[in-house]
Amino acid sequence: MDFLATLFTDFGAQILSTVTAAFAIAAIGLNLHFGYTGLLNIGQAGFMLLGAYGFAITIRFGGPFWLGVLVAIVAAVIFALILGLPTLKLRGYYLAIVTIAAAEILRIVGGNQSLGPVTGGVAGIGNQVYSPAFTALSPFPQDGSFSLGPYTYPLTVGDSWYLRIVSWIVLALVAVLVLLLMRSPWGRTIRGIREDEDAVRSLGKNVYLYKMQALILGGVIGALGGMLFVLGTSVQPDSLGRSTTFLLYTIVLLGGAATVFGPVLGAVLYFMVIIGLQDVVGQFVPPEIMSQQQVPQFGYIVVGIGLMLLVIFRPQGILGNKKELSFGD
Amino acid sequence: MLVAALGVLSGLLLPALPAQASSSPTPSASSSAAAGDSSAIRATATCAQTDTTACVAGTLRDADTNPVRGATVTLAAGGTPVATKTSAEGTFSFTVTAAGRYTLSLDESTLPEGLTPGNGTERTITARLGALSPAGFALEGAQQGGETDPEATPQGDTSAFGRFWNQVSLGLLLGLLLALGAIGLSLVYGTTGLSNFAHAEQVTLGGFLGYVFAVQLGVPFVLAGVIVIVLCALTGTVQDRLIWQPLRRRGLGLTQLMVVTIGLQLALQYVYQFIFGGGVRPVSRTIQANTGPLNITPNAYIAMAISVVVLIGVGLLLQRTRIGRATRAVADNRPLAAASGIDVDRIIRLVWTIAAGLAGLAGLLYALVYGGIAWNTGAELLLLLFPAVTLGGFGTAFGALVGSLVIGLVTQLSSLVLTAQLRYASALLILIVVLIFRPQGILGRRSRVG
Amino acid sequence: MVEYTGTGAPVVDAQHLDAGYLPGINILNDCSLQAYPGELIGIIGPNGAGKSTLLKSLFGLVPIRGGSVTLNGEDITNQKANKLVQAGVGFVPQSDNVFPSLTIEENLQMGLFLRPAKLAERLEAIYDLFPVLQQRRAQRAGGLSGGERQSVAMARALMMEPSVLLLDEPSAGLSPVRQDETFIRTRKINRTGVTVIMVEQNARRCLQICDRGYVLDQGRNSYTGTGRELADDPKVIELYLGTLAKDVEELTDGPLPA
Ligand SMILES: Nc1ncnc2c1ncn2[C@@H]1O[C@H](COP(=O)(O)OP(=O)(O)OP(=O)(O)O)[C@@H](O)[C@H]1O
Ligand SMILES: [Mg+2]
Repeated sequence: MDFLATLFTDFGAQILSTVTAAFAIAAIGLNLHFGYTGLLNIGQAGFMLLGAYGFAITIRFGGPFWLGVLVAIVAAVIFALILGLPTLKLRGYYLAIVTIAAAEILRIVGGNQSLGPVTGGVAGIGNQVYSPAFTALSPFPQDGSFSLGPYTYPLTVGDSWYLRIVSWIVLALVAVLVLLLMRSPWGRTIRGIREDEDAVRSLGKNVYLYKMQALILGGVIGALGGMLFVLGTSVQPDSLGRSTTFLLYTIVLLGGAATVFGPVLGAVLYFMVIIGLQDVVGQFVPPEIMSQQQVPQFGYIVVGIGLMLLVIFRPQGILGNKKELSFGD
Repeated sequence: MLVAALGVLSGLLLPALPAQASSSPTPSASSSAAAGDSSAIRATATCAQTDTTACVAGTLRDADTNPVRGATVTLAAGGTPVATKTSAEGTFSFTVTAAGRYTLSLDESTLPEGLTPGNGTERTITARLGALSPAGFALEGAQQGGETDPEATPQGDTSAFGRFWNQVSLGLLLGLLLALGAIGLSLVYGTTGLSNFAHAEQVTLGGFLGYVFAVQLGVPFVLAGVIVIVLCALTGTVQDRLIWQPLRRRGLGLTQLMVVTIGLQLALQYVYQFIFGGGVRPVSRTIQANTGPLNITPNAYIAMAISVVVLIGVGLLLQRTRIGRATRAVADNRPLAAASGIDVDRIIRLVWTIAAGLAGLAGLLYALVYGGIAWNTGAELLLLLFPAVTLGGFGTAFGALVGSLVIGLVTQLSSLVLTAQLRYASALLILIVVLIFRPQGILGRRSRVG
Repeated sequence: MVEYTGTGAPVVDAQHLDAGYLPGINILNDCSLQAYPGELIGIIGPNGAGKSTLLKSLFGLVPIRGGSVTLNGEDITNQKANKLVQAGVGFVPQSDNVFPSLTIEENLQMGLFLRPAKLAERLEAIYDLFPVLQQRRAQRAGGLSGGERQSVAMARALMMEPSVLLLDEPSAGLSPVRQDETFIRTRKINRTGVTVIMVEQNARRCLQICDRGYVLDQGRNSYTGTGRELADDPKVIELYLGTLAKDVEELTDGPLPA
């Protein structure tokens, strides 16, 4: 009984957390690419990292908060243009290769020691560098904490209620934006592109331009997710690598590609599975079989196999519509 | 609890380069008190943690991932520090009897010439009883010399041309090893249209199986090599039988299949880490000096020779034999090949088998030449394999060879001007440039694209 | 509906086929077809009706999910294509029907992949039937015109001396004269005892030379009959053959000038 109480408390804490919201946001961006437009972007973590760097570095060098946000967004736009210009006219595979390559370049270059004074190298940038700019804007008192049931967090500083509330508001705004977009002619066009590019082209629409817009928008959303993610943790290039992108795919496909709330549901469920796994292993599995350090590895194995099974047996995920399958060739 | 959850999460989201895999201490959110009794520290030859001891161990590597020997590493927890020197494989290990926080430090003056600590010389390590705490230091620069280092220039030949030539020979070596992996990737794509993101995990498999047979079980290397290649080839056969053929039958789209390979890649990579841990596993313990015109180890010459012979063999197989003609026909046009009486399923099964076998060979040779294999070696190599294959044009074996050589040379030569870490980046940059100007690759035909 | 009353058992007997490409989506629904020894069968129908899908499913290239196919009484449902080639079935796809990087002669050689020993003998026979191909044997098939490709494709399928030939629009893209040549050649091949099942867009010509025809619509066969019967059936004309002559007549208030 104790165990169940802990488990459910942990679930609640994880669902509320900024990390969940940040991943849900990045997944919504990816969903715009992959789910709605059919773009195989396998470098979404690169957009997240770029957003994180853009934001953190601007503030590190004395820029104000909003300039940091602006830099993050502009960086994502430029990144999307660089990725999209050479590839969006080619078969989908090329976008895939170029996005994964570019995201890795970003991670490797960012982690390079010679850039230490700017990016902090592999160790990255601690959030004490940029968090104050964010907490300064808090409407809550700078000190003090607040309890809601079993959950007690500081009001403003650190891992706070303030950060949680902002994260979920951003998530809600992004979700509403996508919802409205998908009901607009623009949304119908990009879905048309996913279904049959040539048909859309024959209607006289510039498919290339639409794809580029989708790539940019999804990338910017990814950068926002990256910013929120590092507000809760710290900027570390290796924490936003390929595995993160693959995780985002699992989240999107689990919740349901080409649905507005699929990525949110997927993110929540994913983190519940991981927390559950960790609590169960900690409680019931002897360390000779699996130590606590191995739980994350095991988690990734589960994610990988889960992704395979999802694609094969339930490509529409939980919320998706079988007819709206996001897979073309 | 939430803090712990986030700690686990950040650990979870921490994939790393091989250079850092064993060297970045796992961040831990649970802060326990510093261990007080330094007499509990012993420098040990290997890690033997029991229920009552913990182990702090790591491998010191330079930016080219070559082991650094003879450097002094010290572990302390308040009291007298205990020092040890890194072994010929670059490893060091301490056994401690108390859990808690320790300070690990590196004596910079004992590092070989040309190496500098990349990120400070002190680490705080949290040891847990019964567990191994990986630790280490990121080092900048490559070693100038050293017998265990197949890539090093001997002292005295540091002229501009000497360094250039050295990188050329390393580029050829890397290119030939890459080609063994790239041809399989290219053939699978050519015959089935699938971009297999899990292909490089077959390379890792070859290395690890080599470790299991040649080192752990002590099978003579050549025999172990044969066993490894056969086993790897079989994994290709079985994989096609159990996964890819049924999925082709189900009519899964190529994009879907590609996402399936992404999932497989992720799962396999962490299965390796789960089984073999984060360290680098050798396939041979022999230490060799560099010789000859290319200034590489004898093993590296042998690896190059094997690679050349195998590549010519595969080329002849494709060009001259009936099976080869059938394979090219399947790559050209699957329904038409079937209408000509070719058993398309059998050819594809064969291609998977050959691809996995060659990848296994690549992994074995890679581990032999570069001192070992790590759980994420394949994942890193994939970043070179895709550019190589794209450069040479997908679906052509000869193209894969040419593309691999280009990528091998570019990555190695770029470290003349860039720091070694950035050489992957240079390969990827080339890929992007090629895609802009010649999306069908250097040798590929335009019709293959679009 | 006319039941064929010819002699013998059917060579190819497809019963109630359901087949399709994507999981859960059937293109053919309860589609049946019989071909008796020595018959020339024509399949006509609007674009997207599933004609090519029917041929491909007979040939094992599209999975059959319901129903059965027999060849000379033996079950060949979902039999792999290469097995069918061995059993004497030849297939010419609608598009991509040559290996573009190979020369004409290499293409013909691919056609005899299973019996390389008979190459010289078969090449001679085929070059008799297609004299043009002999002159241009060393030319790459990728550089041929559409009509020439059709010849290469048909020739390749004939290399194995099939007893059943499946042709998907062999006259597509040919000038009227070349179309007639193709039909006459097909009839000639058929007269040598080869059972031919042919999909055609050129329906009137097809029905003229066919023994029997099938009209396919949305994956079902809606009409079956002898070529003449179908060509004269008012419903078939309205649904599929079209009423161009009549329409034009109405537009121009009189018959077209000859
Ligand atoms: N490879 C494929 N994958 C999925 N669907 C396909 C494929 N090929 C054909 N289809 C679908 O099957 C249906 C029937 O196609 P089919 O090629 O059999 O028509 P057809 O009667 O031969 O038409 P046409 O006269 O234009 O050649 C079409 O709706 C088409 O979209
Ligand atoms: Mg057709």
